[in-house]
Amino acid sequence: MATRRQFIKISAIGAGVVAVSSGGYKLLASDKKGGLNAAKTVKASRTPTYCEICFWKCAGWVYTDDKGRIKKITGNSEDQHSNGRLCPRGTGGVGMYYDDARLKKPLIRVSDRGRDSFREASWEEALDLIAGKIKAITEKYGPESMALFNHGSGEKYFADLFKAMGSPNIAAPSFAQCRGPRDVAFVGTFGDQPGSPENTDIRDTRCLVLIGSHIGENMHNGQIQEMSDAIDKGATIITVDPRFSTAAGKSKFWLPIKPATDIALLLAWIHEIIYNNYYDRAYVEKYCYGFDELKEHVKNLTPEWAYGITTIDPALIKETAREMAKNSPSVIVHPGRHVTWYGDDTQRLRAVAILNALLGSWGRRGGFFSLEGKEIPVYPHPPLPAPKKSWRDWYPGKYNLAYNPVSNILVDASVPTPEKDAMIKGWFVSGTNLPLTIPNTKHTEEAIQHLELIVVVDTMPMEITGWADVVLPECTYLERYDSLRESPHRKPAVALRMPAAEPLGDSKPAYWIARQLALRLGKGDYFHFENIEDLLDWQLHQMGSSLDELKKTGVKTWERESGDLYFANGEDFQFNTNTGKIELYATSFEAEGLLPLPVYTPHPEPPQGFYRLIYGRAPMHTFSRTSNNPNLFSLMSENSIWINPRVAKEWSLTTGQKIYIKNQDGIVSDFPIKVRVTERIRWDSVYMVHGFGHKDKRLTRANGRGANDTQMITNVMVDTVMGGTGMRGNFVTFVTDLKSKEVAS
Amino acid sequence: MRYAMAVDTRKCVGCSDCVVACQTENDVPLGYCRDWIVETNDGTYPQLFTEIRSERCNHCDNAPCVRCCPTGASHIAEGGIVLVKHNKCIGCGACIASCPYNARYPHPDGYVDKCTFCEHRVKDGMKPSCVAVCPTKCLTFGDLDDPNSEVSNILKRRKYKTLIPEAGTKPQLYFLI
Repeated sequence: MATRRQFIKISAIGAGVVAVSSGGYKLLASDKKGGLNAAKTVKASRTPTYCEICFWKCAGWVYTDDKGRIKKITGNSEDQHSNGRLCPRGTGGVGMYYDDARLKKPLIRVSDRGRDSFREASWEEALDLIAGKIKAITEKYGPESMALFNHGSGEKYFADLFKAMGSPNIAAPSFAQCRGPRDVAFVGTFGDQPGSPENTDIRDTRCLVLIGSHIGENMHNGQIQEMSDAIDKGATIITVDPRFSTAAGKSKFWLPIKPATDIALLLAWIHEIIYNNYYDRAYVEKYCYGFDELKEHVKNLTPEWAYGITTIDPALIKETAREMAKNSPSVIVHPGRHVTWYGDDTQRLRAVAILNALLGSWGRRGGFFSLEGKEIPVYPHPPLPAPKKSWRDWYPGKYNLAYNPVSNILVDASVPTPEKDAMIKGWFVSGTNLPLTIPNTKHTEEAIQHLELIVVVDTMPMEITGWADVVLPECTYLERYDSLRESPHRKPAVALRMPAAEPLGDSKPAYWIARQLALRLGKGDYFHFENIEDLLDWQLHQMGSSLDELKKTGVKTWERESGDLYFANGEDFQFNTNTGKIELYATSFEAEGLLPLPVYTPHPEPPQGFYRLIYGRAPMHTFSRTSNNPNLFSLMSENSIWINPRVAKEWSLTTGQKIYIKNQDGIVSDFPIKVRVTERIRWDSVYMVHGFGHKDKRLTRANGRGANDTQMITNVMVDTVMGGTGMRGNFVTFVTDLKSKEVAS
Repeated sequence: MRYAMAVDTRKCVGCSDCVVACQTENDVPLGYCRDWIVETNDGTYPQLFTEIRSERCNHCDNAPCVRCCPTGASHIAEGGIVLVKHNKCIGCGACIASCPYNARYPHPDGYVDKCTFCEHRVKDGMKPSCVAVCPTKCLTFGDLDDPNSEVSNILKRRKYKTLIPEAGTKPQLYFLI
């Protein structure tokens, strides 16, 4: 039994930097004496990278000045993700390097008479300690008792380590807390997922339908760029959102839907499109399975039926259905990305997939194109041990369609029940701040208390590091090599990340950390190359390139080998489903005892005096990861809570006023949040940007700024199909008397 | 040569990439900026209209900041770019007070600073950093004296407005609507 862990708060530790690189570029010199009229430039060098501030992973160039200091980062014009233009977070990536709050030394938890603290340690000591504990845990409980939570580029090598150890419990919250329902729904329908970046052909679309997807606030670079191109070409945008989002402001139609009723709207659209013969008949006949069942299913699900549920005028439902049909097949009902909302999310995304199928947009220009990627060669290694159990055994028979491990189930499986011991005994957490990522923070913290080991690898002292037994300081993406970026796109391509500067302090890259642990665990055979450069060069040579070439170009793109981006007219195509067709009626769902056709089910509504909590993104921040970045902090330092004027009047709230928020379970936010009174939100909901309200004092800037939405998400609606965490079933009210909150806490 | 910029309000999403790109390109100290985002909201739910603009110095043809500068630090350079010679500036702030667009700020080093249209890049044939970085491509920069330039063309094609035209400053930032 593990001892109880206290959350540790410590102060930052400083260090210097040495830079390396070469080239022939210019940078503006900061020049007080000469004045800008005689703008002086200094010699600069540039090194290739791909961005790590979000999952889009845009390729770019890092510019360093004559003294080797990192000055700016720009996009790589050969890159399909960025087309030479980074987003504000990528441009502000310099701040990730310069952040004075970074982790710089390995830290080991020490307990002295009930008081926990960290002490600095050498890598040698920290790695020996971790390896020793992992050995003890895996010998006692089996390798499957170790779980890896990961996000970002470092995940590759830690995942390799876990596979070599024989643990299948490798979960990225980006599945169960984000895009999982979408991917499972699209695989169940088309036999394929939309990918990342998504295969949405926005640049050539005639009609883009966004359902709660706020492109422009979520800064998915390529999509923003293509949406802008689509606006230029006069495409119609239809936005379904309880909030007048930035995208709604660019839209021809805004459908201010009552939250939690999207499935009713989607079914009414499907009804309109089928019963008015708007659908692509040839496409449906050739490629789709289950049309008759679907037609019967939506027979009575009219726009008038949906009106009473969604509050959307039936005339508007009909007009937008016509608009989609008019532009078919160059129409995209966007699959979205963060879609874990109400627990029936996979079914909602099934309705989205069905709508796209009826409009014939999958595999068509202006709809969804066919992705092509490049396989990265794997250096020969001994066979991987076969795990004897996995996260699936925690809830036997459930969530079989979740084809990636479900992070929240790993958390559940870390807590013993009266019937059984915990399956998971140790966590290795890389690049994901679990308390602000997985909802129901208290449950996560309880799980941590039962662990025999928790190791956290991060660049920043995020909340999760405060729970760690050992903290390993990772260097930022600007200071290291990483695995080649190989995301499929219109053309297959790879991108290189290489260091633009030496690691700050005693921070280390993921490959080195993973390999050092592998050597200590007797798994060195899985990490053949001592230096990652040699691995990358070997891989690139197998692909007909070299590390030297990529150092010069940053990106290498190949021509497609899998055929055209779109189906040819009447082309035969075998979909990767049970029937080989696009399954309007999902036989794989039926086989699991799940609804083969999506159904609208009502969800609880806010009680009197409470408002549904909706959260989203700001373009200058990624999750909770960037809030301390000095450059991005200077753009947005805290979140606010959007409140409709009618509600504000009732509560006598004014813009700029600070309030606490309290949820249906009586949880009060740790910190106050500023009110923004705006017509841009419905009166039954409030909205805030995710990722603020950091508790850890080591986050020197972000600490105490704004409120943390994840803290308010204590009611989790588990997705019946894939086990993800629906997070929009939470309601908040306002605590306007700041003193009463302080007394209460 | 008459440099100007068009800002497409129908495409701008207010992401502030222009702001941070300017900061890293021009070493603007954190907490200050040479360009910024303005968002205006009109209407009542559900009939709403939001306009988002990336703003900066208007590089006015009739620039009050240049006229009121006691030292000649503020001046008009080639192509109509309004610049400040930092070594001539005494930081008196007359220009800051005279600018209807609030485009200038007192640099902590003691002089007044503002957008230069990235003159150091433009003279090398590059675009200003805000234009080069913008993910929505909502910024178009070029020479109005060249009838075939991108900016001339877009102003022929599209409706536009300028900010506070009644100030008579003849601003050279055009907002496409």
